[in-house]
Order: sequence, then C-alpha cells, then structure tokens
Amino acid sequence: MGKTFAEKALGKAAGHEVSANEVVTVEPDFCMSHDNTGPISRTFKKIGVKKVWKPERLVVILDHGVPAPSSDHAVNHKEAREFMAEQGAPNFYDVSSDGGVCHQKFPEEGFALPGLVVIGSDSHTCTYGAFGAFATGIGRSEMAAAWATGQIWFKVPESMKINVRGKFKKGVSPKDFILKVMGDVKSDGADYMSVEFHGSGIDEMSVAGRMTLCNLGIEMGAKNAVCKPDRKVLDYIKGREKASNWEPLWADADAAYTKELNYDLGDIVPGIAKPHTVDNYAAIDEVKGTKINQAFLGSCTNGRMEDLREAAAILKGKRAAVRTIVIPASWNVYREAMRDGTLDTLLDAGCIVCNSGCGPCLGAHMGTLAPGEACVSTANRNFKGRMGDKDSFIYLASPYTVAASALKGELSDPREAL
Amino acid sequence: MSEVLKGRAWVFGDDVDTDLIYHNKYLAETDPKNMPQYSFEYYPGKEGFAKGVKPGDFVVAGKNFGCGSSREHAVYCLKEAGVPVILAETCSRIYYRNAINNAYPVLFVKGISDAIKAGKLNDGDELEVSLSAGEIKNATNGETFHGDAVSDLEKDIMSAGGLIPYLKSHKK
Repeated sequence: MGKTFAEKALGKAAGHEVSANEVVTVEPDFCMSHDNTGPISRTFKKIGVKKVWKPERLVVILDHGVPAPSSDHAVNHKEAREFMAEQGAPNFYDVSSDGGVCHQKFPEEGFALPGLVVIGSDSHTCTYGAFGAFATGIGRSEMAAAWATGQIWFKVPESMKINVRGKFKKGVSPKDFILKVMGDVKSDGADYMSVEFHGSGIDEMSVAGRMTLCNLGIEMGAKNAVCKPDRKVLDYIKGREKASNWEPLWADADAAYTKELNYDLGDIVPGIAKPHTVDNYAAIDEVKGTKINQAFLGSCTNGRMEDLREAAAILKGKRAAVRTIVIPASWNVYREAMRDGTLDTLLDAGCIVCNSGCGPCLGAHMGTLAPGEACVSTANRNFKGRMGDKDSFIYLASPYTVAASALKGELSDPREAL
Repeated sequence: MSEVLKGRAWVFGDDVDTDLIYHNKYLAETDPKNMPQYSFEYYPGKEGFAKGVKPGDFVVAGKNFGCGSSREHAVYCLKEAGVPVILAETCSRIYYRNAINNAYPVLFVKGISDAIKAGKLNDGDELEVSLSAGEIKNATNGETFHGDAVSDLEKDIMSAGGLIPYLKSHKK
C-alpha cells in the first residue's frame, strides 16, 4: 500500500515512516503568525522560556488590521514589533510596502516550499499546500508552545482525493470550482482530513488558482489541502527559497483514501456561496438578480494579479453601479497591477483601491456593511455578520462574478459580460 | 470520577461558526475575562446568552461546532462564562485543539444533532452530565445520550490544566 501526501510529509518531518491516525511529534519548518503575534508572545512568556527555539523559523506578517484601525490593534502591532526585535527574529513584515496579506506574502518571500511542515496561527494557513507544503492552522496557545519547544503533535490525517480533469469554459475560474466542491463536500465533510487535488485539471491550473483551492480547504474542515509541486511551482520558488531542506513530495498512486471525488472543469459554471454558510452553493442562474450594495475584490483567496486582471477584463471601459472595493493581496501585486494598467482600469470603473491587507474580509475596516446590506465578495467566508452588521449578507464568488455583479448592482453571470 | 454536572441547556444548531460564537469585531480584545460579554452576540435568538448564561450551564450544539477561524477567543468566551463543557455531535479540528489546549472539554455526542432538530433538547432543559462516563441525561424529558471518551494524550493535557501548564510540568 502506497503513502498519501500527508503520510509522506509528516513521515519526512518525523524521521520515520508513518501512517494515517498515528500521532507524531515534529519540528515545524516555519511558524507563521500575524497581528495575533502580540498576544501569542504574552502566552509564550508565561511558559517561562526566554528565547524562541529558533527565531529564524518565525515569520510574522501584519495584515489583519493595517494600518491599525484602533488603538487595540496598534497595541498588538507594537507588541509584535517589540517581541521580534527582542528575539532577534529576522522575518518580520511590518506595516510597509514590503507587506501584504500573510498568505500571499509568505509564498512570495519563499517560505512556502514543497515538503515542509508549516504551522500558522491562522486558519487559512492551508493555502501553502499549493506549493506542496504540509501547512495547517492552529490556535494561539499552541503557537506559543511551538515557539518554546520547537515541537508540535499531529495525528496523521486520513486523506480525501479530488480528481480533476478538463478545462474551464470562458468566464469560469478556480473559485467557481472550489465553491462547487465545498457545496458537495459540505463545511464539515473533510473534517480533520488532508485534501489532495489531483489530475490534469490541476496541472493546467496556475499556481495562483491552486492557492485559491487550497485556501478554501479549511472551509470543508480540512487539516490541510495540497496540490502536486510540479514545474510551475518549482519555477515560482526558484530564487526565493528561505530553507534548503525542501523536497517535492507527492502521494503514491496506490495510496489509501477515505473518500474520492471526480470533477471535470468543463462542467463547472459560475457559482455563489449564499449567506450564511460556505457550503450554501448555488449556480449563478439560481440567484441572478439578487440586489447587492457592495462588491469586494481581494483577500488571501482572490487578491492576486490574475484575479485583478479577470475583474478588470469585465469592468474595462464601464462603470460599477455599486461601491466596489479592491484590495491587492500584497504590495507586490499592487505594484504590478499599477504597472500594467490594471489599477487604472479599475479606478476608471469607479472602484476604490485600498492598501494591501485583510480589509473588510473579517469586518475590521475598509468596507464594513450596514444592516440589511449585501456584499458580493471574492473572500472565503460568508458567516453571518462577518463583514459588519449582523443583519448584513455576504455572497462568495469569483473575481469575474464579483466584477459582473458590481456593474449591474445585482448578482450577475460573468459569461454575459465578457 | 463519577461526578455529575447539573445545569441548564443552551441549544444551538449545526455549523456554529467562530463569528457566531465570538465575532471578529472583538478580536483585538486579548484578556479572556473580558470575552464572555460578547458570546453568541451574532447568533439569531441567542443575543441574550451573554447576560443570561450562569456558571454550570451547558452549550449544546449539532455538527461542526466552531468551524471557521483559529481564534481562541471562541473557547475563552465560553470557558470564562463558566460553561463547564460543550456537548456537540462534532467539532471543527482547530476549535477542538484550542479547547484541549485550554483544558476545556468537548464531549462528542452521537445523534445529538438530530435530537436537537427533533426538539428533544431545548433551551432551559435541565441536563445531568457525567464527563467520565460520557453520559448525558435530559432531566426535563428523560432523553439520554452517550458521548465519546477522549484519548490519553488529550487527557494528560487536560489534567495538567492545558497545554501551557502541561509544557511547564514537562520542561527539562
């Protein structure tokens, strides 16, 4: 019997062969945290250890409320800043044009590498599976413990295999695919599991698109999600690598899976996750015409260059009918979109472009909603009230669909706008 | 270890996400003692939870309790309110780890999601819960449920008082 990706990656980290359901203790290759670094550092100090086990393994990227929208946020940032300095920890991305959303910056800076074990005190840490890393979200206490001991325990997860073939039709993108998968699997269908994306449909997909898929693994309850680290990934990481012990790992053909699903990308249509759960899937035809008050294009799910370009293709030369907020996922993305004219196209269409960060995705600032308002969003969660008032509504969609909906002020089929 | 906890039930549905338990609006708060006042503020019909919950009351929920964010606030806000245990059909991975790491028990109870839907568990019902035996009795209507036992590692962390005290006691 062959091994799954999770068995191989955790086996590599543990230094011996492992199988699903075995408990292993491993040393994480990197520990990612964001604005919650301040509170984690307080818990760390309570353990009674003075120095982080390996300060160079910490990667801290401020993004949840940047620049600080309140003095409470500012205090957390200040603590993070002081802690990193005190520990002599070099990998700190402060509020500056070197920054961005953590799950975009982390790969950009070369920390997301094949075969590494990455833990992050953020549930969307699973994004780095797009680069072949075993990456999973944990809580703050657990992060403090990992800093102190250099260890974390895992139950080797069982795995789900999602086989993907075919090609997207015009106006359909990876977000539509994963929304459909979430609708099928349900928000707890992959609880505790490792989700592997296989097949020619994934091979053909860009690395950015794979990041969108893996990012949403947690929304099915997964421990981690992963794609094969192929030539595209190796090309991306070349020259960025912040560690040398990486190694492309992939599941054996005869590995054992708890569940297996098959999709043809040619069957996927523009999709929506309706309020207030991520698995409340509808094809665009079922919800077309629903009024919206705001559109949001950004986040760790869909704030990358190709996302902005897709939206711009629809908005070019036209005018958004509702307020449309654009947040590039990092300042590198921002600059590239500035250079190639994408930002101009979006500004000309009436969009406002905010500084890189998490923004309104979690309701902190930069576009929160009033009672009764609805937002179509490229982000990852549509939980009740997540973007503001508890009587507001969030529809999750692709960049194409968000742009097409912004134009009409109602949920719209992007295939009719392209 | 045959202690039976008695308290009232606060009953929730499936997929209770972390924003419903503890909204992201209050994430900058870092003192667990200040967190109970925000519990379930966004959960329709449970706006009165924060004011009405009494130490000893139980949170009863269906499938996938605590899905979503990794925020530990969603554990603290219930623990600090004096809710001794969460009774749920299943619970999200990160929420469960956060609970164990804070010595906060979650009892997985088969069939409880359907029982909630069938009206066999309601707000205000008097429950009797034996954590060691995993037995739950609804004293209001006589219904009984059975929960799963936790693993040894989890027990060790819990009995030390959580991950941080556990590490302190195991420090070389």
